[in-house]
Amino acid sequence: MSASEGWSDARVETAVAVLLRLGVGVASTLVAFGGAVYVARHGAEAPRYGAFRGEPMELTTVAGILHGARAGSGRALIQLGLLTLIATPIARVAFSLLTFALQRDWMYVIVTFIVLSLLLLSVTGHLS
Amino acid sequence: MNVVELSGLIGVASIFAGLLGSLTGLGGGVVIIPVLTLAFGVDLRYAIGASLVSVIATSSGAAAAYIKEGYINLRIGMLLEVATTLGAIAGASLAAIVPVNAIAIVFGVVLLYSAYLSHRPHVKGEPAAPERWALRFRLDSAVPTLDGPRPYHVRRLHIGFGLMGLAGALSGLLGIGSGAVKVLALDQAMQLPFKVSTTTSNFMIGVTAAASAGVYLSRGYIDPGLAMPVTLGVLLGSLLGARLLVATSSRRLRVVFSAVVFVLAVQMAYGGVMGRF
Repeated sequence: MSASEGWSDARVETAVAVLLRLGVGVASTLVAFGGAVYVARHGAEAPRYGAFRGEPMELTTVAGILHGARAGSGRALIQLGLLTLIATPIARVAFSLLTFALQRDWMYVIVTFIVLSLLLLSVTGHLS
Repeated sequence: MNVVELSGLIGVASIFAGLLGSLTGLGGGVVIIPVLTLAFGVDLRYAIGASLVSVIATSSGAAAAYIKEGYINLRIGMLLEVATTLGAIAGASLAAIVPVNAIAIVFGVVLLYSAYLSHRPHVKGEPAAPERWALRFRLDSAVPTLDGPRPYHVRRLHIGFGLMGLAGALSGLLGIGSGAVKVLALDQAMQLPFKVSTTTSNFMIGVTAAASAGVYLSRGYIDPGLAMPVTLGVLLGSLLGARLLVATSSRRLRVVFSAVVFVLAVQMAYGGVMGRF
């Protein structure tokens, strides 16, 4: 029932809390930094959120975002922050998989694996 | 209006949306979407994309604080997450086909119903015997109280699972956390202790929104220029709201906020019926 074999409940909880705070912290910092770069470069332009166009490939795929962020694009840096944000709950699910595995709770290893697979397929663009 | 001015205004509006969402317990997503579309003329799909990422931010931020309290039932959360992620992916895929005005109408109706649900008293049935499926999935657990752990049994898993599928689909279609429907499933259908319901629901909201956000990101519905002020603003607002909630638990304040939410919901549904989106 409890995580007495190896990982104590308290230790797992602390680790998950740290993981979540770190994820949100890193993500917000990236978004704020990317936002500053974007506003500094394009602040005087007219925004176009009224009509839907869809974002270009550089801002919709993991590889495209990483490439743009390395080139210092403000919009790509924001997108990298948002990707980090999306990755935070996914990392938590991955962490739960590990916890269930350490507890030898195989039924929930399978359940968690299903959830994790769906999340990874979604974020890598295999479901759209 | 240029990018600086619009980002600033949207950022301020998002702080208020996050504040309102956390004080009413409905979440920032349901407030920021009507504000972006009705007040700023943002395309509904961009608004939904921006809202989804802000939902993940507030859920993860709040979860970090909840975890230590030890109420979350991770097994229940993970098992039902199979239903919500499948629902979320289906809902997000549906969003590409369903006309935008129809989405606005569904949004208004769901927002009204969520506001109604959050005001209903929590009626608990008599403690019942353990149920077969709950036993098979080893879901029964105990909630920490001042007198030590109090055990509880999980009821009607099938209804909870179905409702969670619906909650996921609404989350994917409308870009909200669907917290009200999730708490309905956990608290009412499955009869979990209220604290277990709210904390487990909060955990699930982040995972569900991540499933939808993945689809929205690859579809090109997440615009960084818009998502930037929305995410930072809603996160800041909800953190402020959590502080305020501890300091002031004024009922009158909540009634005023609920009235605002009611007006937003009616505006969304009306705009959808009139074909404004």
